[in-house]
Amino acid sequence: MQTPNRLQPFYENLVFEKEDNRMIVNFGPQHPSAHGQLRLILELDGEQVAKAVPDIGYLHRGMEKMAENMIYNEYLPTTDRMDYIAATSNNYGFALAVERLLGIEKDVPRRAKVIRTMLLELNRIISHLFWLATHALDVGAMSVFLYCFREREFAMDLMEDYCGARLTHSAVRIGGVPLDLPDGWLSNLSEFIRNMPDNIADYEGLLDQNRIWKMRLEEVGTLTPEDALDWGCSGPTLRGSGIAYDIRKEEPYEIYDELDFKVPVADSNDSYGRYKLYMAEMRESLKIIKQCIDLYKDTEPDLMADVPQYISAPKERVMTENYALMQHFVLVTQGMRPPVGEVYVPTESPKGELGFFIRSEGDPYPYRLKVRAPSFWHTSLLQHMLPGHYLADVVTIIGNLNIVFGEIDR
Amino acid sequence: MAQHKVNYLQEGGLPVALTTVDKLVQWGRSNSLWALTYGLACCAIEMMASGASRYDFDRFGTIFRASPRQADVMVVAGTLTKKHAEFIRRLYDQMAEPKWVISMGSCANTGGMFNTYATVQGCDRVIPVDIYLPGCAPRPETLQYAVMMLQKKIRRESAFQKLKPKRLV
Amino acid sequence: MRRYTDKTNAQAKSYHTDRFYQVPQTPKAAVDSDEIFAADYKSLSAKFDIKDAYIEIGQLVVIIDPKDNKEVMTHLRDKCGYTFLSEMSAMDYLAKDGEYEIFYQLLAMKKRKRMRVKCRLKEEHAIESLYDVYKSADWAEREMFDMLGVKVNNHPYMKRILMPEDWEGHPLLKTYPLVGDEAGQWYEIDKIFGKEYRDVVGPENRDTKRIDPKDTKNFARIGHEVGYGEKPVSKPDHAYDEFQEEGGVPLITRFTKENQKTLKERK
Repeated sequence: MQTPNRLQPFYENLVFEKEDNRMIVNFGPQHPSAHGQLRLILELDGEQVAKAVPDIGYLHRGMEKMAENMIYNEYLPTTDRMDYIAATSNNYGFALAVERLLGIEKDVPRRAKVIRTMLLELNRIISHLFWLATHALDVGAMSVFLYCFREREFAMDLMEDYCGARLTHSAVRIGGVPLDLPDGWLSNLSEFIRNMPDNIADYEGLLDQNRIWKMRLEEVGTLTPEDALDWGCSGPTLRGSGIAYDIRKEEPYEIYDELDFKVPVADSNDSYGRYKLYMAEMRESLKIIKQCIDLYKDTEPDLMADVPQYISAPKERVMTENYALMQHFVLVTQGMRPPVGEVYVPTESPKGELGFFIRSEGDPYPYRLKVRAPSFWHTSLLQHMLPGHYLADVVTIIGNLNIVFGEIDR
Repeated sequence: MAQHKVNYLQEGGLPVALTTVDKLVQWGRSNSLWALTYGLACCAIEMMASGASRYDFDRFGTIFRASPRQADVMVVAGTLTKKHAEFIRRLYDQMAEPKWVISMGSCANTGGMFNTYATVQGCDRVIPVDIYLPGCAPRPETLQYAVMMLQKKIRRESAFQKLKPKRLV
Repeated sequence: MRRYTDKTNAQAKSYHTDRFYQVPQTPKAAVDSDEIFAADYKSLSAKFDIKDAYIEIGQLVVIIDPKDNKEVMTHLRDKCGYTFLSEMSAMDYLAKDGEYEIFYQLLAMKKRKRMRVKCRLKEEHAIESLYDVYKSADWAEREMFDMLGVKVNNHPYMKRILMPEDWEGHPLLKTYPLVGDEAGQWYEIDKIFGKEYRDVVGPENRDTKRIDPKDTKNFARIGHEVGYGEKPVSKPDHAYDEFQEEGGVPLITRFTKENQKTLKERK
């Protein structure tokens, strides 16, 4: 029983008087395996895709414009909602960009760096588990979804113990971290990473040599290295084509230059290679977290950088000292004023190269904030990659590229 | 949010005298609510988590169906943007009666933290909503609580209401 | 007298700026201080006219003329090894100079160096598309046009990408308010129900601080429903207390506050 409204069935920009017998299929913005709101207009020649036009923007919330109206610290929770699967990576990317703009990157205390690295790698594991869960669910292996979410719940419990939120963390501040680790967190984390390798082995046992999985993933979504560079791919999508560029190794930030980890590279150029890459990356993240746990106990208990011009003092000082309180008040109501200039800082988020470009004119609000979201560039790759594949492969490729729409549309 | 007329006295909100047939039919409907997978943004992840291993949704009789023709309840999870508003109305119209809507999260309730040009300030500007669920993102237990409240609400209604359009006149 | 409002910039402004505040600049170094950048700059300046170049926060920044952008990018990609276009977009300086400032962020993977190429484009002019040099520029240029109104020549598919096709205005311009202009605010109502429906639904509630617990015209509290516009009642909160009805539901497990089970440790 329909409330009368103006919506008529329509087919926009599509012409039906065609000579060939290609069918036009709308893989609409609401689709169980579209990973968000992707609208793909596919021209099918039988079962093969002849042309694919991705249509995005259904989750555009105007985050870049919001940044021009908010002070830097106020904007941090908004960055959570971009890549909402691994929220701390976005928070950290933004915080690092502002810290480089202010020039206080080396003032961040050691304990804050160790905690940030642990959180980043934990977020990487969370993101890769989610990727595996949804990708397997789309391809058809539904039990892997339930197993991965079970591990993911443990990891989200850890994040919740630390910062109070399961999904949208805001766990990192400009200049450090706001909270120290609660008691018993490190032992819970050690238990988590002790159990994880067995679970990863479980998933690999289910999928690695599985005939159906291999048939659906091998030779699907091949991406040559030249194409990958041309289309701006980064992260596992780029490393799956043989180019070993990981920003954690090449342009290290935080304490990554002190840690010992490998960067997995695959050279089969297809989805199966990328799948193996994600599993290997999860194991490397576990190694990194283990090293960080050992580094933690040697650190001094400072959490925020001591730069009174830009950062408020810790709460104990704000509550007891007069000038700390005044400065905190000014920084919260007016906002801190960075120098005039611009900065572009890339970080390695679980999806790829997440970069923040901030242009400041000395105001408390950024003049322009542009977010370089890896999923945006990977989605534009779809128009090149999909033609030639079958309709069932479309779902596999979208799942394998690990795109999340909060980032694409911002 | 929208400012439209809500008159619960006339629309079966208050407890009316329910016959046994009513109670039976509504018992059946409330315990097999098939949800439409309408995850738009971050709340979709929490909706998926509430359907996954730890917070199982299947024990309520809820199965996530992809097609609106087979779904009873539409859980709007995430930010509704103006580009998408048209499609949510289409999908709502395609659902068969009786249908209910749970608006999950701040963005679906009122536009949330995105007070911008491209966000619909609340999905109830375009579709009528039965249960509003606050949070950003609401925990899976909160979503389960909302579903239980919806079940209670359904059991209070009469089964064969004259089909009249809800609220949005 | 009315308060002076700057109509060119509709964004939020700081409520207080110190009159004597001298704005510092980020430290900029000369190009010669880094060998790799010096070599790149030399090969670039030999062929093109470069307005300015410096090193800012570890990245080389080169300012060129917008007419040369395609040749400069081709040169950088082929001769200097900058094979990866990370980012490109524009900034709105229309009020101040009548120009857009377009920037391209590049990465040379073998040398591990990043550089930025900037140019200033007048509002009426158009810039050449970089689709033939880097395919990734395709969508980035569409977004630049959609958000800021920068005109791009020779683009394969220039259409709006993030906003709906029939949106009016370019949102990221400084003159565009954050909450949108009139066409933007009523967009979804006009599209779905028509202009007549605007009065039925009412304007958007953009006031983030508005809370009204006594509003019975728009909402009904579960278990405490009253008629339209009547005073809200405050009954004991049984409706919220219990997850299920008083007598339980047939064939469904009874779930009350008493028989809840809380796990003491994680399994």
